[in-house]
Formats: sequence, C-alpha cells, structure tokens
Amino acid sequence: MTGTVIPLFDPASEAARATAAILEDTLHGDARGVVVDSPPGAGKSTLVVRAALELASAGRPLMVVAQTNAQVDDLVLRLAEKEPELPVGRLHSNDADPYDKALDGLPNVRKSAKAGELDGLDVVISTAAKWAHVKGVDPWRHAIVDEAYQMRSDALLAVAGLFERALFVGDPGQLDPFSVVGAEQWAGLSYDPSASAVSTLLAHNPELPQHRLPVSWRLPASAAPLVSGAFYPYTPFRSGTGAGDRRLAFGVPSDGSGPDRVLDEAAESGWGLLELPARHTPRTDPEAVRAVALVVRRLLDRGGASVSERSPDPVPLTADRLAVGTAHRDQAAAVRAALAELGVAGVTVDTANRLQGREFDVTVVLHPLSGRPDATAFHLETGRLCVLASRHRQACVVVCRAGVSELLDEHPSTEPVQLGVTVKFPDGWEANHAVLSHLEEHRVVWAP
Amino acid sequence: MSLISTLARLEAVESGRAQPLATVRHRHLSPRPLVFVPLTTAGEAGAPLGALVGTDRESPRLLAVAQPRDRELRFAFLAELAETLLPYLDGYADDVEPAERNETDPETGKRVKVEVELCADAPQLIVPSRPGVDFVRLLGRSMRFRRTAEQDPDSPYPAPPRVPLLGRWLTHYGERARVPGSSLLLAMTDLLGRHWATGQSHLEDKHLGALLAWIAPPEGASGAEAALRAEVERDRGGQLVCPPAGPATDPAFDNKLLAPAMELYDRARQALAAAEDGAAADEQLARLTSAEREIRALLRGVLRPTWDAVWDGIDLVRELPEGPHVADRWTRDRWSFTGHRDRVRAGEPPQPRRDDAVSAAQKLAARETAQAQLEAQEALDDPLVLAGRRLAGEAFVGVVTDVVMAWSESKRPSPRPLLTVRTDDGPHLGVGVKAYRSLDGKPQCAEFVRYEEDGAIVLRLLDRMGRSRDPAEGSVPEAGESVAWTLFEHEQRGGPKLPEPEDTPWTHGGPPRTDAAESADAVTPEDLL
Repeated sequence: MTGTVIPLFDPASEAARATAAILEDTLHGDARGVVVDSPPGAGKSTLVVRAALELASAGRPLMVVAQTNAQVDDLVLRLAEKEPELPVGRLHSNDADPYDKALDGLPNVRKSAKAGELDGLDVVISTAAKWAHVKGVDPWRHAIVDEAYQMRSDALLAVAGLFERALFVGDPGQLDPFSVVGAEQWAGLSYDPSASAVSTLLAHNPELPQHRLPVSWRLPASAAPLVSGAFYPYTPFRSGTGAGDRRLAFGVPSDGSGPDRVLDEAAESGWGLLELPARHTPRTDPEAVRAVALVVRRLLDRGGASVSERSPDPVPLTADRLAVGTAHRDQAAAVRAALAELGVAGVTVDTANRLQGREFDVTVVLHPLSGRPDATAFHLETGRLCVLASRHRQACVVVCRAGVSELLDEHPSTEPVQLGVTVKFPDGWEANHAVLSHLEEHRVVWAP
Repeated sequence: MSLISTLARLEAVESGRAQPLATVRHRHLSPRPLVFVPLTTAGEAGAPLGALVGTDRESPRLLAVAQPRDRELRFAFLAELAETLLPYLDGYADDVEPAERNETDPETGKRVKVEVELCADAPQLIVPSRPGVDFVRLLGRSMRFRRTAEQDPDSPYPAPPRVPLLGRWLTHYGERARVPGSSLLLAMTDLLGRHWATGQSHLEDKHLGALLAWIAPPEGASGAEAALRAEVERDRGGQLVCPPAGPATDPAFDNKLLAPAMELYDRARQALAAAEDGAAADEQLARLTSAEREIRALLRGVLRPTWDAVWDGIDLVRELPEGPHVADRWTRDRWSFTGHRDRVRAGEPPQPRRDDAVSAAQKLAARETAQAQLEAQEALDDPLVLAGRRLAGEAFVGVVTDVVMAWSESKRPSPRPLLTVRTDDGPHLGVGVKAYRSLDGKPQCAEFVRYEEDGAIVLRLLDRMGRSRDPAEGSVPEAGESVAWTLFEHEQRGGPKLPEPEDTPWTHGGPPRTDAAESADAVTPEDLL
C-alpha cells in the first residue's frame, strides 16, 4: 500500500461521533422515534445501556423492550454493572424460573410479575411478550426497543401504546422475524403483521431520524470487509481492529489431516473452508457432522491461544469460547451427539436463530446448503448466513460439501414479487455466492 | 418435508402406490358436502366460464356462461350460483343449539358468560384444488361490494338481488380456509395430500387426476403410469382425457372446441338481433339455442371428470375413521359460520377490502395458534403422525421402568415423582426441557432431569396429581407402563389482547380512517368493452 494515501479512519472516534448523534436525537430531538442500525458486534448493547443511563439521569422514566428473557437478564446485569445504584425493575413472567438467578444478588433490582409493583422505578425491563400483557398503566415517556429488526410488527402493535417515544435499535442483516403460517395476504401493507417492527414503523413514519453504528468491534479485520460487502452492501462498516491486532496460534503442529490443515488456514487468514466430496445427503449428514466435531476436537487438542486487543498475553482457547452453528435443530442435536462421542463438552452448539447476538472466538459452521439437492428460501435466507458468518472474533471454519456453487446456479431466487414490498438487497442467492467465492480461497479438501 | 414423509414417498415410488400418511381422517367431512367445480375464462381474470355444483353426485347442476365477456350473462351466472348456494347455506342457519360465550360487559368491563346460539352443523364446500379456493375468494371479492337495484336505484348495472350476499359468504369461506385445520372450505388435493404420500413431486400432486391415480391406480397399472396418463393422455381430437381440475382450462380445449363454439354463438346472436321478421327471428333463435346447448355440452364434458374425481376423493377419505380431535376443530368452524350468519343478519356491511392493522394482527395470531394446535392434535390422534414427530426428536414413546416418589420443597409439599423412562427414540432433551403426556385427554407436564448412565431418561412429573400430599390415583404412570411423551404443548395459550382498532398506535399509522365507506371501484372507460 506504499504510495497511496489512505484516508484516516479512527474507529474509536467514528463510533463515538455516531453514538453522540444518536444520544442527541434521543434526548433532545423532537421526533417520536429514533432508529439505529447496528452491524454485528458494533456495540449495540453498550449503546442501549448508555442510552438507558442517560435517559434515567435526565429523569425520564424508561421502559426497555427486549425479545428474549436471556437478552433482558443480560441488559439488567450490564446496567447494574455500570450503575449499581440505579433502581431497575425486572418484569417477568409467571413461569417457573422466570429470570436469571444472578439478578437476586443485585440489591437495586426489583423483580415482579406485576407492572404495578415496579411503578416509579427509573428503568423497567422486560420482554415484548410480557409487556404485551401490561394493561391499564400510564404510558412511559420513553422506551428503548432492543433487537427491533427481530421483533414482529404485531408484537410492536401490542406494546406501542405503552410509550410516548422510543429508540429502536437492531441489526437489519440478521434473521427476519417469521411466522409459522402464510401471511401473503398482508404482504405490501404498511402494517403487515409478519414484517419486522422497524419496517412498519418507518413505513408510517418515514421522517424519523435513522442512524447507524459504523464500526464492528467483534469482527476481525479479516471478516469485516466480507460481511460488510456481502450483507450490508449499501451501509458498509469497518472493523475496529487492524490486520495484526488479532492472532490465533496453536501449540501443537498440524498432523496433516483435513481438520488440522483447515485450522491452520483459518488461523492464518481468519477463514477456512473444509470441503467434503459432493453428495446429496439427509439433513443430518453423518460425514459432515463428524467432520465438524473433529474440527472442534482438534481445535481444543492443539492448544489454541488467541491474542487480541483485550489482553497483551495470549489467552487459551477453551470450549466456552467456541461455537458450532447449524441451520436446523436436528443438525445441532447431531453435532452435539458427535461431540459427546469425541469427549468434547462445554462447546455451544445451536442454530443460527439461537446464536443471534452472541459472540465467540472461533466458530465452526455447517453450511446451510451442504449436501442439499435444492436451495429453498429458508436455506437461502440472507440473515441465516449472516448470523453464522459473523459470530467470531478470530476465525470461522465452514464445513461444506462440494457443489454448492452449482446448486446455487440451478436454483435462482424465484420468490414471487409482492407489490408494495421493499425488495431487500442483497438477496440470499447473491450473498451466498459472495461468501462462497471468498471461502474458495481458503479451501482445504477433506482428508481424514 | 419431514423425514417420515420422504420415506413414505420413497416407498410409494418403490411400490407404485401412494402410501398412507395418516391412520385417521384429520379433517371433518360433512355427510352432505356441496361440491363446487368452477371454470374460468382464459385471459379474463374473474370471468367465470361455468361450473358444476351440487350435493348429489348423480345430478350436478351445470351453470354455464356462453359468452363470458358479456356482463349480463356473467351476472345471470352469478345469480344462478346464488340461487344454488344460498339455499344450501341457509339450510344450516336455523338449526341451532344453545351455547355460552365469554364476552366483555360494556358497562362493568368484566368478563361474563352470555347465552348465544350455535349452529348445530355447518355447510361444507369442497372444490377440486387450491386454485379453486383462490377462485372462491376471487368470486367473493368481485361480488360483495356490488350494489343491487334496491340498494342503489341509480346504478347503471345493478347486480341481481342475492349476488352481493353470496359474495360475502364466499369471502367468509375463502378467509376461513386460511385457518389451519379448518374444514368449511376444502380443496380435494389438499385433503388427499394430507392423508397419502405419492411417488411424485408436490407440484405434480396439485393435479387431482394424477394424485388420485397414485392413490387408487386402475387394476394392473402402477401409480406412476396412471399418473402420467392422467397428465398427458389425449384422445383422437387432441383433447385431454383427464381435463385439468380448474378453474383454468386446457388451451387445446379453448382453441379447438370452445372458441369455435363461442364464435357460432356470437354470430347467431348478431343474426337474431338483425332479423327483420318473425320467421327469420325464430330461425335465428333456434340457431342461438343450439349454439348455447353446444357450449353447455362442451363445458359439461370437461367438468364431469373433475366432478367425479372429487366425489371419488370424498369416498376415499370417508373410509378413514375420523380423528378424535376433529370434532373439536369442526366446532370452531361452526362458531365461525354462526358468527358470520349473525353479522349478516345484523345488517353489518360487507367485509372490508383490506384488514386494518389490528384485525390483521389478530388473524395472524389466531392462525398461528390454530397451526400449533393442529400439529399437536394430529400427533395425539394418530400414531403414524406421532411416529413422524418421534423421528424428528419432538416426541418419544418409552416404558416407565422406575417411579421414585419425591416432593416439592415448599410449606405444603406437593408430589413431584421421578420417572425413569427407557426409550429407543432420540428426543432433543436438555436442561429445563418440558415433556407432556395425555392424561384423560388433558396434558400432564414433566421436566427433563438427567440421562441415566445406560441412556434411560429421568423425568420429574409436575402437575395434575391432585392437591394432597400423595398423588391422586392413576395420575402417576406405573412401572411397566408405556407412555407417549411430546416435547410440544398440547394446548395453546392465546396471545395478548391487542388494542382496539380506534386505539391503533402511531407506530402503525394511528386509527384507521372511518370516513370513506367501502364501496366497489368506480367504473372507468376501460371497464367497458
């Protein structure tokens, strides 16, 4: 790069500038809503906590809407960590074990299944599903809606009467909300109940200020350009760390097998593709599942250690810093069984839907199209691949059967075009090709 | 597609016959359904061409439009359709039984029980295929906003008296058909596809003739051969032996037979209009009548095979015993029918063109609940469906090998027995995963505790054991008992109450406009040929 002048990009100050603008609009703007798009690992939760604290200190009672109980508990813990004195209410369901037991140790967090008992607290946090049952209370002056792109429009309809104005934060590139029954009859309506909460909100209030966080702190320099280019072509983002800031190294040298070679490739370049011979298989392809398990086993056996900006010394790569991602639940179950057979415990194995919002050092992904005879809309969904390809801080290894590129060419997107529906770019077909052609450069052909 | 249905399809290919996907019938079948086989005009969306309709297999009523581009003739068709369908629908409206319904008292705001009528049975419409359902919906939409001469004396083209009412009913039936598990309006291909797996693709299964060929192939032929014949075999005149189940027609029929017959009809009409004396008029009228008779014969010819196929399908499905939960779902259909009857009687306006935000959200929530309920009920009703869920890791059948009594750690300890269950199935169990079994028709809940070293599953039973310290008799399975557990719930909780439409929040555009009454689109010059 000698001889060219690179425009100076300081991630920290770019991110700070974006955050300041968001808080300005939230605290002092006159719009009823503010929308923030956040790419993977761009500090969304940090922003939510910061905005909550600022609103609370400005004396505005605040409700926070998250989508899952795990997200709610996580937010409560982060808030208490930042500001132990802040009175926080955790509104929970009537089920057994409704919240994380860690909350019991926080003196200023009050927990209740009734909104009335949390009246007057600075911040009250719950899931959208629980908020929807809250009736007959004075509306809150302010709300923060977290993971707003994963919230369905009808869920927002049920809770929007509870607040006067709101900050909507989410990642537009992840999995769209879905419905188990057809909703085509409402496609194109501005309030299509199966669409995302943000699309309904913006269809009715196009003048709302929209911001985006420009820096991913999670994705390494090797991953941000690919993820940004493939999934966020019109709203690019950068990595917060430089090319040499993160490193992965193994104590045990490669034994020359496929798993070891792909691990070396991934450690070197941030990506690895372990390619199995082409074949049509059932979803729980035993060979691919075993290959995934072997990669994980070797990853642990070879004494991996990661260097990052978080600590000057190498940190050993332990099972809790690894994850395996799949498209289907039965695939995840098969991988879990295969890992147990190899004596591996403590590694997170889950579907893309459940890995959303989580972060690991290294991920191993079973490609959604591996071994399939067809490419359905489900398997082509942009968000699914985006989630799977953007969970890692160091490296991502993809296990896949050969022939996916041909499969894609045989199955162009044929979803019917609905009038009035904004076409999402890129489509899954395009994004899959982009990721695949990048992975081709880091391909290791399977050899046991 | 689930693993078990893939397996069934492979077996169908191998054996040359469709394989059962169910051991019981999962949809209600009326003892006296009304079969409706409609045809539409090629290139004229919403212009009906003809239909066979009726409740008696031997004597269908043929309705035909000799010239579908003529509005008068289309209206005559719709009027005739209303005369056939409405008496059938009305026939169920007055046979009622008393029932109770929860309503909110407008004064106190409390939930109170109200005595209401519930129709003892409901009329059932059966069409050949899913496009037939769409066509019912389209007919409903095209009719319900029409104005009759009585409603609007100035209308240049008033609709025949009962046509708007039929439009409202067809709209209701079309909308109800979108609710999973409902049976007011059924498509025969869906009904057969639910109960049998063929050796062809899902796309090919949409052809009623081919689908039936797999399920009941003629003597000596394989399903694949018979299905291929149903799809492509033509007679010497180039016409399909098994015409498409509609509403679209075969282009060869349109071009070779229908178009010339309509041409003759049009010419006869022109000649009749131009006739100068009585004798000439009589002659032309005879020609016109014969041309019309010709068209009716052509339509009857292509409709009759589909009509017979639908009744063959009804016979096949009727042989299966009805699933235990089907009656429960049919009761919901009866409520739906009664509710619309009441709205019509109360003089409410026709269904709006588009749902408002709140209605759309309510419908979606209701259908999602119905879908989950349908899946659970089908699995509980049918061991073959349950087998599919077991194969997918969503259920398991196992023998209880040990029961250890235990109690909850509260002031008044409740029974929480630990069951050891041995199974060959591979359910997706994990910490906190709940399992349910059916106890006297009610779900009993247990939670997964751990795997024993030999792979047996330990469950903790959580409810339905009575109020006392010791569990009620028969509420805990005994050692040696074989029990079917599901990882999905048997009953669904309804969603939260949504705001009233007039309280629609700002995020969803605020309350819907009420000033502009729903009416048909204004007539434009393009509407007139």
